[in-house]
Amino acid sequence: MTLVQNFPFFSIIIAMFSGILSSVLTGKQARNLSLAAIVVTTAMSAMVLAFCLETGQSYTYMMGHFPAPWGNEIRAGVLEGLTALMFGIVMFLSVAGGMRHTFQDVEHSKINLFYIMIDLMLSSLLALVYTNDLFTAYVFVEINTIAGCGLIMIRQIGRSFTAAIRYMIMSQLGSGLFLIGLTLLYDVTGHLLMSPAREAVAAIEAAGSYEIPMLVILAVISVGLAIKSGLYPFHSWIPYTYGYATPTASAVLSGLVSKGYIFLLIKIFYRVLGQENVIASRIVNVLFLFGLAGMILGSVHAILERDLRRMIAYSSVAQIGYIYMGIGLGTQAGMVAAVFHIFTHSATKALLFISAVGLYQVSGNKKDYVSLRGAAYRNPLAGLGFAVGSLSMVGFPMLSGFISKLLFATAALQSPHKMMLTLMGLAVSTVLNAIYFLRMVITLYRGGEGAGAESGEPGVQRAGETSGVRDPAARRAGETSGVRDPAGRQAGENSGTCVQPAAPYWPARLAVICFILLNLFLGLMSQPVVQAIADGLAMFD
Amino acid sequence: MHFIRCSGKGAYKVAANLLYNIEETTAIILFGIGFTMLLLHRNLIKKIMGMNIMDTAVYLFLASKGYIRGRMVPIVVDGITDASAYINPVPSGLVLTGIVVSVSTTALMLALTIRLYERYHSLDLDRILMQVQKEEVS
Repeated sequence: MTLVQNFPFFSIIIAMFSGILSSVLTGKQARNLSLAAIVVTTAMSAMVLAFCLETGQSYTYMMGHFPAPWGNEIRAGVLEGLTALMFGIVMFLSVAGGMRHTFQDVEHSKINLFYIMIDLMLSSLLALVYTNDLFTAYVFVEINTIAGCGLIMIRQIGRSFTAAIRYMIMSQLGSGLFLIGLTLLYDVTGHLLMSPAREAVAAIEAAGSYEIPMLVILAVISVGLAIKSGLYPFHSWIPYTYGYATPTASAVLSGLVSKGYIFLLIKIFYRVLGQENVIASRIVNVLFLFGLAGMILGSVHAILERDLRRMIAYSSVAQIGYIYMGIGLGTQAGMVAAVFHIFTHSATKALLFISAVGLYQVSGNKKDYVSLRGAAYRNPLAGLGFAVGSLSMVGFPMLSGFISKLLFATAALQSPHKMMLTLMGLAVSTVLNAIYFLRMVITLYRGGEGAGAESGEPGVQRAGETSGVRDPAARRAGETSGVRDPAGRQAGENSGTCVQPAAPYWPARLAVICFILLNLFLGLMSQPVVQAIADGLAMFD
Repeated sequence: MHFIRCSGKGAYKVAANLLYNIEETTAIILFGIGFTMLLLHRNLIKKIMGMNIMDTAVYLFLASKGYIRGRMVPIVVDGITDASAYINPVPSGLVLTGIVVSVSTTALMLALTIRLYERYHSLDLDRILMQVQKEEVS
């Protein structure tokens, strides 16, 4: 056994212990510790990935001193390493990008609690990715839920409390179903470790016994995890949760937490229940239809939404629909597309949430279309980030969203019964995506009337930044000097009493730039990633 | 569907089966009750009670599955080390872990409920959501 093989275990433990340690640290120290923990675990995940790619096979790691059928195990392969690496990167950029907002939104004495939740979330996500034991998975699902709830409610306003209680209720329904599913599975197979359970399931299937219980187990586990990840008919908590949490929390919750559950579901399909049994049971068709419904109706809701962040949240419903549609196709290619879309969506949605903050920050903290007019000129980098994220979600070539859609479409061609539905769903959903995302992007790059309307309102704290745009003389001055951006600076000159626009904050900018690069990387260099996903899925069997 | 089609003797057989597995039947019925309460009840405290009923039903199911008639608790006291003398200890371990998890989620939900009650003076989730809506508008 080489040192690298210990890394999955180390990374889970490091994340968890940094959480424990944070409870006695101040807010800033806790933040730094948290960032360090994320960097270290991400580096470890990268090394695990490199190790698995090199050896070309997966390995299991025994926890404690009980061998396979009794003890607890961790399993690492290419797909696990890749997912953990991706989650780590997105987590780091989300935390770094939303850092200042976290300090504004969260009560000063509670900032270290926020970072405890982030550490716990990281450790539970890593555990969900790496574990080879079903009950361990359940326990970490619950830790994940609790950490998520903490992240939502730490911003102590009425909205976030109600969002947290909604999230908790739906999550508990999901966990309850997942738990009873695991219990039934344990009773039928007699194993909690995935590999022996897989053998037992194969024996049961070969004997043709326990037909109805197996179907119930499959349905209950799928529905439980679908509720927790917010598949369409169970999505009611998503807009509240993602819309009112602090930006980091929204980015992490939408980008990673729901993906962790989907990854677990895929793992259970392949490693426990057997993908061919899952397809034969036709439960994939149910997931497929709900996924399609989510793609269309999530986008329709997003079009009707006026609030920027709730719009992005509803777009998540649509994207989760895409992932379940890919799983529902029931082919290897569909699954590869679904996993690739997991990565695309985590990178893009976190980018959208982080850059949206930069945009409404310079618009008097208002998130409707009118106030956001021209916001991209006031914060160019956030505007660029939002534009890139939107184009990626719509499926613009060169960006990762395009590759996802391409993979979905090619996967659809291989499954004749679902081809028409999938292609039509993709087409309609793309058009709907384009309607709301491009409308927002165009709004962001429109001239200054919106800003003028907003600054005309008395009492808006940041009116000063934009009053320069309303003032025709100042505006002309800005235009003649050939710079569009310096509205804020002019305002400062015009009205000395007004609040200066916030100085550029480099971690947020860096995060946006890195997210854009990540998107470009997934879009331009997709081939090795897709190959790694396919290899990883092959290793699951 | 299988249950609907069977008549007379078949129905008797199903009933006998359910009675024979009375613990499991009860557990699943309780799970359904708890699940519905958690999903549909408007009162937050009753929602939490529903959640606890749901979790407890799973523990009943596990405990009854792990029990083997005529065997002892898996604690060695009089030197018998033969595994066939004891019941299966794994489900008991799972129940214990599950209890810890459900205690922590219950505590979290109760804490949230207290905060909501302090702010909105109501335990009715619909009313709370309506008040939040009003807050937003004004």
